[in-house]
Amino acid sequence: MATHTEILSGVDAGSRELASSVIARAMKSGATAAEAVISEGTEFSTVVRMGKVETLKESGSRAIGLRVFLGKRSASTYSSDLTESGIQQLISGAFELARITSEDPYSGIPEPSQLGVFSGDLQLYYDDVFSLPPEERIDFARRTERAALDADPRMKNSDGGAFDAAVGHRVLANSHGFVGEFRRSYCSMSSAPIAQDESGAMQRDYWFSLARTMAKLESPEAVGLEAARRTLRRLGARKIASIQVPVVLDPQVAGSILDNIFDAVNGDAVYRQSSFLAGKLGEKVAAGNITVIDDGTIPGGFGTEPFDSEGVPTQRTPVIENGVLKSYLLNTYTAKKLGLKTTGNASRGLAGNPGIGSGNFFLEKGSRTPQQIIGGIKQGLYVVQFLGFGVNMVTGDFSRGASGLWIENGELAYPVEEITVAGNLKDMLNNISEIGDDLEFRGSTASPTIRIDGMTIAGA
Amino acid sequence: MTQNQSLFFQKFGITPNDLQRYLGEALSAGGDYADLYFEYLTSTSITVDESIVKSASQGISAGCGVRVLADDRTGYAYTDDLAPEKIMRAARTAALIARGPAKSPIEGFKENTSHQLYPIAAPSAEADIAAKLELVMRGDRAARAYDPRIVQVRTGYFDEVRQILVIGSDGTFASDVQPLARLSLTCVAKSGENSAKGQAGGGGRVSVDYFQTERTPEHFAREAARQAIIQLDAREAPAGEMEVVLGPGWPGILLHEAIGHGLEADFNRKGTSAFSGMLGKRVASDKCTVVDNGTLPSRRGSINVDDEGSPTQNTVLIENGILKGYLSDKLSSRLMGMPDTGNGRRESYAHIPMPRMTNTYMLAGDDSPEDIIRSVKRGVYAVNFGGGQVDITNGKFVFSASEAYMVENGQVTAPLKNCTLIGNGPDALTKVSMVGNDLQLDEGVGTCGKDGQSVPVGVGIPTLKLDRMTVGGTGR
Repeated sequence: MATHTEILSGVDAGSRELASSVIARAMKSGATAAEAVISEGTEFSTVVRMGKVETLKESGSRAIGLRVFLGKRSASTYSSDLTESGIQQLISGAFELARITSEDPYSGIPEPSQLGVFSGDLQLYYDDVFSLPPEERIDFARRTERAALDADPRMKNSDGGAFDAAVGHRVLANSHGFVGEFRRSYCSMSSAPIAQDESGAMQRDYWFSLARTMAKLESPEAVGLEAARRTLRRLGARKIASIQVPVVLDPQVAGSILDNIFDAVNGDAVYRQSSFLAGKLGEKVAAGNITVIDDGTIPGGFGTEPFDSEGVPTQRTPVIENGVLKSYLLNTYTAKKLGLKTTGNASRGLAGNPGIGSGNFFLEKGSRTPQQIIGGIKQGLYVVQFLGFGVNMVTGDFSRGASGLWIENGELAYPVEEITVAGNLKDMLNNISEIGDDLEFRGSTASPTIRIDGMTIAGA
Repeated sequence: MTQNQSLFFQKFGITPNDLQRYLGEALSAGGDYADLYFEYLTSTSITVDESIVKSASQGISAGCGVRVLADDRTGYAYTDDLAPEKIMRAARTAALIARGPAKSPIEGFKENTSHQLYPIAAPSAEADIAAKLELVMRGDRAARAYDPRIVQVRTGYFDEVRQILVIGSDGTFASDVQPLARLSLTCVAKSGENSAKGQAGGGGRVSVDYFQTERTPEHFAREAARQAIIQLDAREAPAGEMEVVLGPGWPGILLHEAIGHGLEADFNRKGTSAFSGMLGKRVASDKCTVVDNGTLPSRRGSINVDDEGSPTQNTVLIENGILKGYLSDKLSSRLMGMPDTGNGRRESYAHIPMPRMTNTYMLAGDDSPEDIIRSVKRGVYAVNFGGGQVDITNGKFVFSASEAYMVENGQVTAPLKNCTLIGNGPDALTKVSMVGNDLQLDEGVGTCGKDGQSVPVGVGIPTLKLDRMTVGGTGR
C-alpha cells in the first residue's frame, strides 16, 4: 500500500480571508451584524478485524456557516459549496430567511469588550498525528486487536481494532472585527474484542486511548489488554432479583452522570425551565463532597478551545462547589435571557444558532481508591455499562439498563446483566457518598469512580 | 433524464465518460467492485420557542464518496468538491485498499426500474418558507391553548431534499430524489412543584401539504400537550418482571432494538450478533411475523433505491416465529452468498454504506386490543416511547416509555413515570402471547444510529402482550 499524503496536504490558507470577506459582503448588503465560521478537517481511519484490514478511509472537507442579523431578526445558512456562486447563495439565502424570522430582543453577537482569545499555548495541535505512513497506522489497529485476542483462549471473535487520526481548523469572524482561528489534532486507537464461554454466550466490550499527539497515545498492547480484561469479566453474567443496594459506577459510567449534570446546567434547558436544576442557583443541589468544574483552558484537553463559538475567551467555571450550584453554562443568548454573563460556552456546528457546549467538564477527585470504595460495601453493584436513554431532564427521573459485577463482602463476585438501575438525579447527586481518586480524561467529560446510595435495581 | 441526473450532469458538468474514468481509477489497483455516490442535499429548519421564531436555517451539502471493495476489505474516500480532479483524487485514495492488477468497470450503465414511493419535491430551499413557518406557529398556538399548565412549547419544522446518483462498476446506475419532512413539538407542563415533559411529532417522505391535510400541527400539538399533562400525575413505575402490553405504532421500537439490529447481515457475517447462526430457528412465538419493508409509500423509512443503487424490498425477517432472513447490502450479500435485500444505507457521501433497517414492523394478529388489556392481571401498558438501545453481541436491549400505565385486574389504572423496559433479543419475542388486530406504523420521527451514522427509519406493531419482561422503575 503506497503512502498517500496528497489529500492530507493541510488546511487551506484562504479560510481566514474567506470568512472576513463574507462578513464584509454581508455588512455591505445591509446586515446590522454578522458572524461566519469555517470548519475544515482531514481524517484518516482504519479498522482491522481478525488480523485483516476491513476498512481504510481518508478524506478532507471544508464548509462555511453564516449568521446574519437584521436588527433583532436573524437567520443562518451553511454550505459546502465555496465557489463564488455558492457564497453568493449563502449570503442572499441568509437575508431572505432573516426577513421572515421574529424580532427577538435577546438576540445578537457578543459585545466587542467580551470578545477575545485565551492566551497561552493550549497544546491543541501536533502534526505528528499524520506522521506515520498508512502501513504503520494499520499496524496500530492490528496490534491492539491482537493483544486483546491473545489475552485469553476465551477471546474468540472481534469487532476489530481501530486507529483514527484527524486534524481540524476552525476560523470564526464577526462584524465587530473579531477574527480568530485555531487548529486541533487528535489520534485514537480502540479495541473491541468478543469473548465466548462454554455455553456459547458472547460478551463484547472495548477500550480506547485518545490523545492530541502520537507521543501521548498509550501502547496498542496496553489498550488491547484492558479491552480483554473488560470483556472477560462480563462472561457468565446472570440476572438478579430486584433489590435496593449501593451502586458503584466505574469512571466511564460515572462520566455519563456528569453528562446528565451538564445537560441540567445547560443555559438553554435552564431558561426554558426544562431542567431540574432551573432556578436553583446558590442552593445546595448535591452532597457536600461534590465539586464540578467546567474548564475550557486546560492545555491539551479534549474540551479545550482558545475562544468559544461566538469569539468569547473560554474560562474555568466552578459549576457546583461543595454541593452548592454556583453557575450555569451559558452563551451570549442564554446569559441575556437569565440576566447573567456568558461563561464562554457557546458551541455551534455550521447550521443554526449557537448552543451550549462543555469545555473539560469534570467531577473533582476524592481520596479513596476504587478498591477501597468497593471494599467498604457488603452487598452492592459495580456498574460497568449503562444502556438506553431513560433520563428525563425536566424531572430528573433516571432509569437505565445496566450490566455490572455483583459486590459481595467488599469483593467483586460475579457479573450481572439485563437489569435496570433507577432513581432521580436530584436524589442521586445528594447520595454520592464516595468519590474515587482515579480521575482521568478520555474525552471532554470525566469522572472518577463514584458510589451512589439508595438506587433501585430491577431484575427478575 | 430525471431531475437529479440533470442536476449532477448539468450543474456539475459530469459526463458518462467522466464516470467511467473515475471508476477506472478506483479499480486501478484491482478490487472486486467500485462505486461512486453523488449527493446534493438541501435542508431547511425552523424553530419556534416562546412563541417567536428563534432559529431559521438553510443549508447545502454536496459531495461524492468513492468506495472500492476487495474481498472483505473496503477502501473509502470522499470529497465535498465535485471538480473532476478532486473526484479522481478520491478514487485514487480509495483504490489503495486493493493491491493487484488494474480492473475495468463494465462498459455502459443499466438503470434499474425502481419504485416511485414519494412525490418528486422541489429542492427545499425553493419551497415556500412562509407556509412552513405558519405550520410551526400553528403548532405553538395549539399546544399553549390545550391547557394553562403548559408553560413551555418548542416547535420545530425540518425538511430536506436529498438527490443521489449511484454508479457502480457492475453497471449499476441509479438515481433518486428523496424528500423528508418532520414537524415536532416538546411541551413542559407545570403544576405546583411538579413538572413534566411531552413530545410528539411526525412526517415522512412527504411535501409540506401533508401537514395541511393528513397530520396537522394541531394534531401533534394536542398529543404533546396531552402527554405532558398526564405525566404531571404519574407515579413511580414498579420494578421487576411482569406482564407488559405495548400499544400499537411507535412501541414497535421493540422490534427495532430486540431483533432488527441483530439481523443486520454484517453482524451475522462476522458472527458478532446474538442471532448469528440462528437462521431457520425459532426466535419468536408462532404469532409473530416481522418484516422490513422499504417500499411503503411516503414512509420515513422508505426509499426507492438504497444508497448502493439497489431497489428496496419487502423482506420477511421472522415468519410465524421462525427466523427467515437477514438485512443485507452488496458486500455482505456477496460474502455470505445471500440475496441483497436493498438495505445498504449511509448517512451521507462521507460515510461507508452498511446494512440498515427501513420500516420494520410486525403483521397484525387476531386479538382485539381490549381483550389483550383485559387479560393482564398485573402489569404495565406502554403506549409511547423515547429512545432505545441494544448490545448486539449479548442481545440485551432497553427502551424507555414516555407514556405508560399500570394495568391491574384487566383495568388500566395510574399513569407511570420513569419506566424503562429491558429484555434479551433472542427470547423477548418468544414471550409474545397475544397479537392485536390493530397494526399501526409510527408517525414518522424515528432516527436510527449505528457506528456513528444516522438514517431515518420507521417501526410498527399491533398491540402486543409479552408475558414477562423486566420493568425498571423504583416503585412496587
